[in-house]
Amino acid sequence: MPLYLNEDQVMLRDTARGFMADEGAISKQLRHWRDIDCKDGFGHALWKQFAELGFNGILIDEADGGLGLGHVEAGIVLEEIGRNLTPSPFLTSAVAFVSALRGTALRERYFPGILSGDTVAALAIDEEPKHRPEAIAMRAVRSGNGFSLSGRKQFVVQGASADVTLVAAQSDEGLTLFAVEKGAGGLDVEGVRLADSSIGARLTFDNVAVDADAVVGEVGGGEAVLSRLLGAGRTGAAAELVGVGTASMDMTVDYLKQRKQFGKLIGEFQALQFRAAHLYSELEIARAATLKAQQLLDEGSSDAATMIAVAKAKAGRASTLAVQEGVQMHGGIGMTDEYDIGLYMKRDRVLNELFGDAGYHADQLARMKGY
Amino acid sequence: MGDLETFRAETRAWLEVNCPPEMREPMRDESDACWGGRNPSFKSEAQKKWMEVMAARGWTVPDWPKEYGGGGLSAAETKILKQEMARIGARNPLMSFGISMLGPALLKYGNEEQKKRFLTEIALGQIRWCQGYSEPGAGSDLASLQTKCEDKGDHWLVNGQKVWTSYADKADWIFCLVRTDTQAPKHQGISFLLFDMASPGVSTKPILLISGYSPFCETFFDDVQVPKDQLVGELNKGWDVAKYLLGHEREMISGMGLGGQTDSLGAALSEALADDPILRADVARFDVDAMAFRAMSERFIDELKAGQAHPAQPSMMKYAGTELNKARHELVMAAGGSNTLEWESDRSKKGKSAREWLRTKANSIEGGTSEVQLGIVAKRILELPGA
Repeated sequence: MPLYLNEDQVMLRDTARGFMADEGAISKQLRHWRDIDCKDGFGHALWKQFAELGFNGILIDEADGGLGLGHVEAGIVLEEIGRNLTPSPFLTSAVAFVSALRGTALRERYFPGILSGDTVAALAIDEEPKHRPEAIAMRAVRSGNGFSLSGRKQFVVQGASADVTLVAAQSDEGLTLFAVEKGAGGLDVEGVRLADSSIGARLTFDNVAVDADAVVGEVGGGEAVLSRLLGAGRTGAAAELVGVGTASMDMTVDYLKQRKQFGKLIGEFQALQFRAAHLYSELEIARAATLKAQQLLDEGSSDAATMIAVAKAKAGRASTLAVQEGVQMHGGIGMTDEYDIGLYMKRDRVLNELFGDAGYHADQLARMKGY
Repeated sequence: MGDLETFRAETRAWLEVNCPPEMREPMRDESDACWGGRNPSFKSEAQKKWMEVMAARGWTVPDWPKEYGGGGLSAAETKILKQEMARIGARNPLMSFGISMLGPALLKYGNEEQKKRFLTEIALGQIRWCQGYSEPGAGSDLASLQTKCEDKGDHWLVNGQKVWTSYADKADWIFCLVRTDTQAPKHQGISFLLFDMASPGVSTKPILLISGYSPFCETFFDDVQVPKDQLVGELNKGWDVAKYLLGHEREMISGMGLGGQTDSLGAALSEALADDPILRADVARFDVDAMAFRAMSERFIDELKAGQAHPAQPSMMKYAGTELNKARHELVMAAGGSNTLEWESDRSKKGKSAREWLRTKANSIEGGTSEVQLGIVAKRILELPGA
């Protein structure tokens, strides 16, 4: 498969690009929900529009009412989300949650709501400030005809408004994932606004009772489910980071062509030209790595895991470079809330932490390669 | 898809029969490369056979047209051939500036007679070419070159000096930028000329580098007579040919970022990394960059074949690939410690690591410096203003 978008994918990109630049624009979504202090941090009407355009069914099989497409297509939507900083539950719900549930009985319960844009899903993986899914400590103890969950989770994106949250916990049989519904007894949800104005949550589970049919896949079979969830989430976050980085670069290059100092456009200064060109190079490489990871994941290749680690790490670093150069090259106005470039810096930081940062993934790559 | 799978199966079977086992071993150093030429020196029978069977099939240049000695393969078939060769670790059958640089320029700018003659020789590995571009006063500012070429009616007369001519002392012919109009603006008085290095008046002098190797020469032209039909493209329009060729040269050099290495650097250095967490982290970051760049190379080649690549994209590839290769050799030296400092011992294979490390420092200078490439990206891709 050639490493560029095919005709259908280009059409999808054009649709997503036009829609997101218009309906998903910063002024209409991110700033709007932030400025009215929305408790969800995103608009449910937009989530419905995503559904109407078919975005929510990209990763859902045709037999289940979706489009039966792949991670390349999901990434196309995510890159546009990244370019516009569009707040939505797309990455958590339509990408990571859907991937986790693929092939399990629970898809019949939850996919219709995702497809219609009525259901919002969240992922409760992290327990410490850094992403360490190898060290999940939360307990699931057999109780009644199901399980009792106790422990705490943090950085649960969309956790404050989720109808269902996937929770990773250790049972006697091993790691198991549970679909826990909103309002479960003993579950305390503390919504927290993050630096980028998105709303995350800290969850505290105090003997939360869940039925046996809330288990995703098999009891003790959580590694496979978590691997699908994280593979999709990381690849998707990489695509969103490429969007964040690219928009930051475009905005900055435009600024270099407008701003005059010392009687010249600042884009004439070689010191800035070289840095802009280096940034372009890094972002192109990140884009290629991300597309490669998406294709390998869609092919079910055994090489997908290494490339996903590469893509998340590379896209994270390239995007961080883009937002840092962006603010620096904008100078003073880059520090103001009025200009959008600073919003990109905040989003980049959150997306870098989400599903493991560049250091985590470089370390994972090293382990996979035996050093 | 069925046809391509058939092609893959047939290619795999053919390579199985025709690629000698010795040619599936990694090259130990630059001297293991097969360059062909008028008086070829083969290191082994296997090397000779491998070049000959591949040339006979047109697979030294698989995507060139058959009438010029190529394999006539489509982009998809060429990719499959490369994958199948990589699968068994097959060496490149023929290293050649004719293939990587001159050939593409001739395909675009050469006349029919030139294509038939020169491309076929290149495909068969019969003529070894060198590149006459840089001059003592024309490095990054290549277009200021002064080597003079005068029209003497029935021949051209060439006088001047080139420098950094790779393997000029071993080459049979040269493709050379010469000034055919001294009055015109500097880019508009240059022509692209081909001539035999055995012509009277051509002499070469190897340059000893910090690596102890002499891959480059100074090349002198003293009243060299060149037949009139050996000028490529239009008179005084040689800069177009030169730039097009530089794009291909940059692609070739950017490929060196992969360093012939197919997997992780950390895996190769794992022993040295076990008790050195800082170096391990540096190498892990390098592996991220290298694997991401490999994906970029694949994407770039796919886009080139589909005609989708930006014309200045080779500059980005050259920049990123060469900087990566330099970083790789810094890490190899750090992992090797004082072992890799030995310059002459047999233990160090006569300073192989150190000499290769030093050699890579030229990567970001030759073929246009990193700074030249960044300038091209800034102006032609990002369209930033200024000179």
